Amino acid sequence: MEPMEIAKKLQVQFPGEVIEIYDYQGQVAVVANRERIIDILRWLRDTPSIDMDHLMALCGVDNLSRPGAENLERFEVVYNLYSTTKRHMLRIRAQVPEGNPCIDSATSLWSGADWLERETYDLVGITFTGHPNMKRILLPDDWQGHPLVKNYPLKGEQEWSGMVDLIERVEQLREFDFYENNPSPVGKDADQCQTRND
Amino acid sequence: MTRPITKTVSVPVTDGDSDRYTVRMGPQHPATHGVLRVDLELDGETICKCTPHVGYLHRGFEKLAEHRTYAQALILTDRLDYIAAMANNVGYCVAVEKLLDISVPARAKYIRTIVCEMSRIASHLLWLATHALDIGAMTVFLYCFREREILLDLFEDLCGARLTFSYPRIGGVRQDVTTSFIDELQRFVYLFPDMIKEYETMIDTNRIWLKRTVGIGKVTREEALSMGLTGASLRGSGIDYDVRKHRPYDAYDQVDFEVPIAEEGDIYARYRCRMEEMRQSNIILQQCIDQLPPGPIVGDDAPDLVMPREGMRKVEGERTVYGTGIIKLLKDRGGYPVGDVYVSTEVPKGELGFYFISDGSGMPYRMHIRSPSFIHIGALPQITQGQLIADLIANIGTLDVVLGECDR
Repeated sequence: MEPMEIAKKLQVQFPGEVIEIYDYQGQVAVVANRERIIDILRWLRDTPSIDMDHLMALCGVDNLSRPGAENLERFEVVYNLYSTTKRHMLRIRAQVPEGNPCIDSATSLWSGADWLERETYDLVGITFTGHPNMKRILLPDDWQGHPLVKNYPLKGEQEWSGMVDLIERVEQLREFDFYENNPSPVGKDADQCQTRND
Repeated sequence: MTRPITKTVSVPVTDGDSDRYTVRMGPQHPATHGVLRVDLELDGETICKCTPHVGYLHRGFEKLAEHRTYAQALILTDRLDYIAAMANNVGYCVAVEKLLDISVPARAKYIRTIVCEMSRIASHLLWLATHALDIGAMTVFLYCFREREILLDLFEDLCGARLTFSYPRIGGVRQDVTTSFIDELQRFVYLFPDMIKEYETMIDTNRIWLKRTVGIGKVTREEALSMGLTGASLRGSGIDYDVRKHRPYDAYDQVDFEVPIAEEGDIYARYRCRMEEMRQSNIILQQCIDQLPPGPIVGDDAPDLVMPREGMRKVEGERTVYGTGIIKLLKDRGGYPVGDVYVSTEVPKGELGFYFISDGSGMPYRMHIRSPSFIHIGALPQITQGQLIADLIANIGTLDVVLGECDR
């Protein structure tokens, strides 16, 4: 079945849930509401003629400065689906509002969605209801903020508290330094390198 | 949002009358293939619960890419799967070409297919070497590194680097191949099938190897699809899914090859798949060498690419010598398009996907990397549940994970 045909069927099956269907470079995407997203995904996976059995990717997007953002919510979760038997793909973009950034978890459909959803929470800050272990995954547990949000600065907002602790600890351990007259052994090595270069 | 500072402390878990205890494996454990930490809850030697912790190598590529042009962000992909950086570069380039609608000359497509398959062999050799070493076969390790060295030397000859290449470029490749490179590659392709036989003689008749792999780490078809496994890990469970066949890119629709599939779904089946894949890669390499067409190596409309243009170089002996003038390739493209694409390629570890959103600014608005290692490590708890702790090592090896790609 052609992806556009699937998208049209989806619109008929879930009236009111589909906001927009478009085609870019031969890839069909469906912009949808978040309320019945699990029903939509289950229907796509379990309908024999569609059979979207492979969740290729799941990621979060911040729509803050995106072109056409006025028609979209602040965040969205993108599901890229593929059928290994029928060989067609479809993208679902579920809209997530800024006030309450949460969406139902797809872990009941694909167990592989577990880590992808944790990553989305970690980097974009969207929470998934019904997820068994909604914790940070790539960043430390005590990290502040979500880096892939558009207004998060490239170099971060502040020093990570773990790093501050580590630097303090290094300062404490200076007491046991091997080089008595040099406050920093690193500096001494650097000086030696300098001399050798001369 | 303020979050409480949490500190994990290793404590014995009391669960009725059983003597459960926790062991923290890694992140400096050699058998975890990088900086993977696995917290294990054990009952004797049986794994009750396995919790992988990743992120030690997180460098924020997705955020970094948003602040670079498409051509500049290419170097970030080298550092994903550093065992097969060429395949990552190609995956990135194919995705950007689809996003910006750039055409690639035929010669560049074939050269990319060659380097992709070379990196597949190099990656599988490293996988076999370390996997065998983890299980206890030391000699295979040395044999595999012997052949991998030939491939790395070839890469060095091609682009000057041995690990982080950035050789494929958006719209083509950086530099043409030399005749000496093709000759050396031809020699490797001629010799390599015999080398695979050598590894197999050492492994396939080894009783210890068979005891450690046959029937261990079983994954059924449904489980494999649900967990999102790709590459040889999925094909070992009997599912015919190879991106090179399903959505051909570069010259994969011009060459004739088979996708090895095994039904058993255990560690041995995945091993058989990867060994066959090396043979098939060798066949692809031979076909690419035979069919390599002449012509330009980079498209004229490649964006932000500083390259000597066709006609400005001349061949002196074996080497191509460039003229002094270097031109920035950027045809009148009428700006960058607005849209989003998801393009995936078959890298040695599985399916590497790039999801791009372009806002027309010349820098990615969002780049999401679907890395196979991340999803494979996510599947580890499910695969190792109830197995012995020694099999965990074999399972990490068979999933063929690289932490650089997992943590991004």
